[in-house]
Amino acid sequence: MIELRNLSKSFTTAGGPVDALKHVSLTIRDGDIYGIIGMSGAGKSTLVRCINMLERPTEGSVIWDGKDLGALSKKEIQQVRHQITMIFQSFNLLMQRTCLENIMLPLKLIHMPRAQAKARALELLETVGLPDKANAYPAQLSGGQQQRVAIARALATDPKVLLCDEATSALDPKTTHAILELIREINRKLGITVIVITHQMSVVQEICNRVAILENGSVVEEGEVSQVFSYPKAAATKALVYPDVAKGMEPDDGENDQTLRVVFQGNDASKKPMIASMAIDCHIAATILSATTRTLNGKAYGNMLLRIPGGPDELARAIKYLSAEPNVVVQVDAEYSPESGRMEAQHE
Amino acid sequence: MNNYIATYYNADKLAKAWSVIQADFLRETGVTLYITLMATLFAILIGLPLGVLLVTGDQKGIHPLPKPLMTFLNGLINLLRSAPFIILIVVLMPITRAIVGRAVGNTAVIVPLIIAAFPFVARLVEGSLREVNPNIIEMSMSMGASTWQTVTHVMLPESVPSLITSFTTAVTTILGYTAMSGAVGGGGLGNLAITQGQQRYNQAVLLAALIVLVILVQVFQSVGTWLAKKADKRIKE
Ligand SMILES: Nc1ncnc2c1ncn2[C@@H]1O[C@H](COP(=O)(O)OP(=O)(O)O)[C@@H](O)[C@H]1O
Ligand SMILES: [Mg+2]
Repeated sequence: MIELRNLSKSFTTAGGPVDALKHVSLTIRDGDIYGIIGMSGAGKSTLVRCINMLERPTEGSVIWDGKDLGALSKKEIQQVRHQITMIFQSFNLLMQRTCLENIMLPLKLIHMPRAQAKARALELLETVGLPDKANAYPAQLSGGQQQRVAIARALATDPKVLLCDEATSALDPKTTHAILELIREINRKLGITVIVITHQMSVVQEICNRVAILENGSVVEEGEVSQVFSYPKAAATKALVYPDVAKGMEPDDGENDQTLRVVFQGNDASKKPMIASMAIDCHIAATILSATTRTLNGKAYGNMLLRIPGGPDELARAIKYLSAEPNVVVQVDAEYSPESGRMEAQHE
Repeated sequence: MNNYIATYYNADKLAKAWSVIQADFLRETGVTLYITLMATLFAILIGLPLGVLLVTGDQKGIHPLPKPLMTFLNGLINLLRSAPFIILIVVLMPITRAIVGRAVGNTAVIVPLIIAAFPFVARLVEGSLREVNPNIIEMSMSMGASTWQTVTHVMLPESVPSLITSFTTAVTTILGYTAMSGAVGGGGLGNLAITQGQQRYNQAVLLAALIVLVILVQVFQSVGTWLAKKADKRIKE
């Protein structure tokens, strides 16, 4: 278990102090794949660097394995860093060393005999799916392959925790997916706790079970991924969950048109042509303004923003019809039809 | 022009020059190489750790050292680098005598050369190490490497191609400096060129020595460039 207690970090810069983290308190349980998401500059990297004391917190503490990491000596921190390892956006492989030597690096640091380190590194190359790249140099590998080598290197010392700072941000969607799969597998098979730092919702949705949303150095929301993304509360979360709306693509409401948000909470709703059947059954031709649905642990999650033509009458019928679906929640989008804000009863 | 050639490159002069070349060139080239390589070796032995110290000990480095110490080191390097070599030779005579037993001769000139060259090498090494991607240094720290381990396992290996280029610059520069060895009774091609050419009006010898020196620089540079390229694994094959 990793516990961040009231963690703050400020940097002194030429332009005055910068509060990169403000009183962050989080608990990451063993076995979690914990997402920390936020916009660029939110303080994500600073947070993750405080966990392994690459950055000393100005205030507060990091408790891991019953130890207050801030109170440890330099030597002890170095020991801890063999247990809490890290991968990066830019892979950070030694460009002048082969893949095998890169993976052997952390083992050399702990003075493992060369033959043993080599055997372990070869085994790890197998684990990350690159058994034939032992003697290749990083420059000869694709980004995804380089990140695999970096992951193998991070696993070399049998860590308990893996920190991923934007580990997939430099990769294309397909490669991102493959790397996330690998991380999930590592989490499951080796029981390694994973902390995933990202600015991408999709990354959190794909592998995390818990998430914290970081904005301007503060945690504005925290909890189970399904919960947080189904009912985003904080503005920052909404901006992440409904990026289209945040970008100003909200409907130009007709006189009486209403906007509805349909939230899928782990059902097969996406398979059923709900909008089409509503048009047939209720004679309401809803327009889909935006839709984001994703499959998480085999269930559909996400939301759809609909414009319902007509007046309050049509709206009420639409709500009734859609709410009848199991695991679907309908919200009148208060933000975009303020006059009906109080109607925002959440039909279950 | 015709006059110049008649004066300095007439048959008589050329014959004299040829005899000097035959008698001395091989030996003097050897002396130049001996002085150059010894001075370079020791300049690197001192300059490399010093360059590492300049980078790691920096206030923003991975192992900041007391600021007064860093200011002193930087000041010393700047001082030695700004002192004209010919003056260094004279100033250092007592030290040279203490180290090699005498203040004149081929071996004696190596001492002031080292003193003149190691600050230069330190700066070159500093430059090479500062080129190392800071993300990679952070990676090293994140995996629990000590400062020493980061230097030996990450910073130095990552900068090998750049260090080879730096050392190539050092060796060619030091080669140029050896011409002044005559000031303390040292030999070498540069000295031969000066004594024969300037003092004995033997222009042909001067020209020949110059050509050999240029060839030596070219060879060092080509070998260095080739080695640096060969060592660099960032280039895709
Ligand atoms: N070493 C530093 N010195 C000064 N300011 C910093 C430093 N590191 C980060 N910051 C500042 O702290 C804030 C958070 O940065 P960072 O943690 O890198 O954000 P993120 O990873 O979420 O993009 C930014 O405003 C950044 O400019
Ligand atoms: Mg960052």
